[in-house]
Amino acid sequence: MTMSNTNYNLPADNDGKSIEKFLVAQLKPRGEIFTLFNMISVPIMTLGIVLIVIRFINGLGAVTNLTQEVPWGLWIGFDVVTGVAFAGGAYVVTFLVYILNVQKYKPIVRVTVLNGFLAYVFYAGALLLDLGKPWNVVNPIIGNSFGVSSVLFLVAWHFLLYMIAQLIEFSPAIAEWLGAKRIRKILSGMTLAAVIFGITLSTLHQSGLGALYLMAREKIHPLWYSEFIPILFFLSSIFAGLSMVIFEGSISQKVFFDQISQKNHKAHDGILHGLSKICTLTLLVYFFMQVVVFIHGKHWDLINTRMGYWYLTEMIGFVVLPMILYFYSYRKRNITMIKVSALVTMIGVIINRLNVTVIGFRWDAATHYVPTWMEIVVTLTVLCVEIWVFRWIVRRMPVMRASPSWVNEH
Amino acid sequence: MGIDRRNFFRSLGLTGVALGAGKKLSATPEQSDEKEFYGILYDSTRCVGCQSCELACALANGLPEPDPEDYPMPGTIRKTNENRRTVINAIETPQGEIYVKNQCMHCNQPACAAGCLTKAMYKTEEGPVIWRDKKCMGCRFCMISCPFDVPKFEYHSPNPDIVKCNMCYDRVKEGELPACVADCPAEALTFGTRRELIAEARRRIHEDPDSYYDGIYGEHEAGGTGYLYISPVPFEELGLNTKLQKKSYPELTKGFLFSVPSIFILWPAILLGIHNATKNNAKTTDDDE
Ligand code: SF4
Ligand code: SF4
Repeated sequence: MTMSNTNYNLPADNDGKSIEKFLVAQLKPRGEIFTLFNMISVPIMTLGIVLIVIRFINGLGAVTNLTQEVPWGLWIGFDVVTGVAFAGGAYVVTFLVYILNVQKYKPIVRVTVLNGFLAYVFYAGALLLDLGKPWNVVNPIIGNSFGVSSVLFLVAWHFLLYMIAQLIEFSPAIAEWLGAKRIRKILSGMTLAAVIFGITLSTLHQSGLGALYLMAREKIHPLWYSEFIPILFFLSSIFAGLSMVIFEGSISQKVFFDQISQKNHKAHDGILHGLSKICTLTLLVYFFMQVVVFIHGKHWDLINTRMGYWYLTEMIGFVVLPMILYFYSYRKRNITMIKVSALVTMIGVIINRLNVTVIGFRWDAATHYVPTWMEIVVTLTVLCVEIWVFRWIVRRMPVMRASPSWVNEH
Repeated sequence: MGIDRRNFFRSLGLTGVALGAGKKLSATPEQSDEKEFYGILYDSTRCVGCQSCELACALANGLPEPDPEDYPMPGTIRKTNENRRTVINAIETPQGEIYVKNQCMHCNQPACAAGCLTKAMYKTEEGPVIWRDKKCMGCRFCMISCPFDVPKFEYHSPNPDIVKCNMCYDRVKEGELPACVADCPAEALTFGTRRELIAEARRRIHEDPDSYYDGIYGEHEAGGTGYLYISPVPFEELGLNTKLQKKSYPELTKGFLFSVPSIFILWPAILLGIHNATKNNAKTTDDDE
């Protein structure tokens, strides 16, 4: 395949200009500059970058509260473990659209995949901040030291491969943006394979994130430790991801109003309605699984303790309650309620992941790990940068808006 | 018990192996019959708490010399950290003050090495579990995984190491004794193959049952460890964790890892099948309600 510049058909308004000029023009900011989000995010990001520099000069101890007993804190427990669960929407939605061929969800595929991709790039990328020797991160990749018996090895590889799969899934949008017709055709031909590969990878690494904690048998509070963590993590990634899709979608509908066609605006409520049904069902299965795990673990005696109450709060307040909310709003077709349910579900997923990774981890230690404000600022920085990049792409590529007209004219 | 996930995964795993994809899953190093792991037997009845091992360890590994003010005292628990790989603690018992040494256990099937994605943590065929600077990426998964909480991390260094006892691997390779064993004036530490050490421990207990608690810590804990303990009192009184499982810790993730190849084969096939079966849906405008 020859890839000369002549293959690129630049969008009409860029006709005659070179690809470089086109890219330079695209780099310029669009939209309002002094928005509320910008005013808040710029100081956070500035501070965050300073903290990251300090972290690399003085070591992790300079900005984090990590201890010898609790070596993984907020950056892993929230950024990576929780962030990846929320990014699960991408594999669920591609499953609905490309595997089950439910066309209704098509309008949200691109934005969900983009979101998933960026989440992996940034939250999994945040992992690099947490590594003591990030320059050695290539070791398990280039093959001079394959630790194949390691769950982390599996997760690391899957992150990498899944990012590639998602990039392929998203790439037609990039090609449309660049006006590269032939390349777009080749790339969209690869979508189904990438989707199948991506779903397989997701199944394994969503559960793999849970499997990371399997060896920490004595360190995690028994109410949260079981050999079923991988299955629970996988199941919860379904409604975690979809709730994120609902949440993100309802914000995007407002913020990127100009991007979305009238037709898709109308379709959006139907999409949320459909997703609320899937969330209800998966929450139900998840809850059932949790009950089985609880009975299996025989921890009745632990319920009447502080951690036990906290466990009940999670199960009732953030699994049963959102399930009922979703079910109710599905029956009533109440879109606002669906959004509320999504929010409650998301809080529940955050609580659950943190319970396994941070709160319940070494719950019995003399001193508890509580993240420093600096860890929180760095986490927010990662989040803000991701939103900036997301916004940049959405404003330029056909993510929410329709593809250029040449796409369907074959 | 209704659902037995491990068996389920295991049979899935067998499918995967049968299909030829399971080969890349090498198990964690296990003791082969020909080659025996070396280990160290610590006899608490002999230990006098002099901290010679702490000093020998610091000198052998270029660590800061121990602070003379910081000595074992009943009631305080001293811990290993990034500056010391072994510590002695004192315990008050009805039989008087006794001591316990603390360091990496050099597990037969170490969780740290099974977890390490770069093989920086590595079970040598001689027995010592070592850490290799060039490979480590500092992810600290070894710390999460180790049931004895042994690996320590240099939180205040821009190029942090994982710090733990390596049983003086370089010396062992040369046929020398580990520094702590060589310098112990009370002969509380004995170096040898695990089999020899277990036999020796049994002999001591058998010959003087009044002085010893009947048991060897490390014989079965966490699947067996290279460091073995005998003591005058039950091990939990020494502060050793007796609640650890007898199976090795890598065993806990095997079910999951074995299921991976089969999912890799089954999933794409199933997904493609569903895709083809539902293709016609594409034309009708959905209804999944
Ligand atoms: S005690 Fe911990 S660090 Fe030492 S070999 Fe066993 S698992 Fe590894
Ligand atoms: S911190 Fe280093 S030795 Fe420990 S698991 Fe990670 S790469 Fe391996």
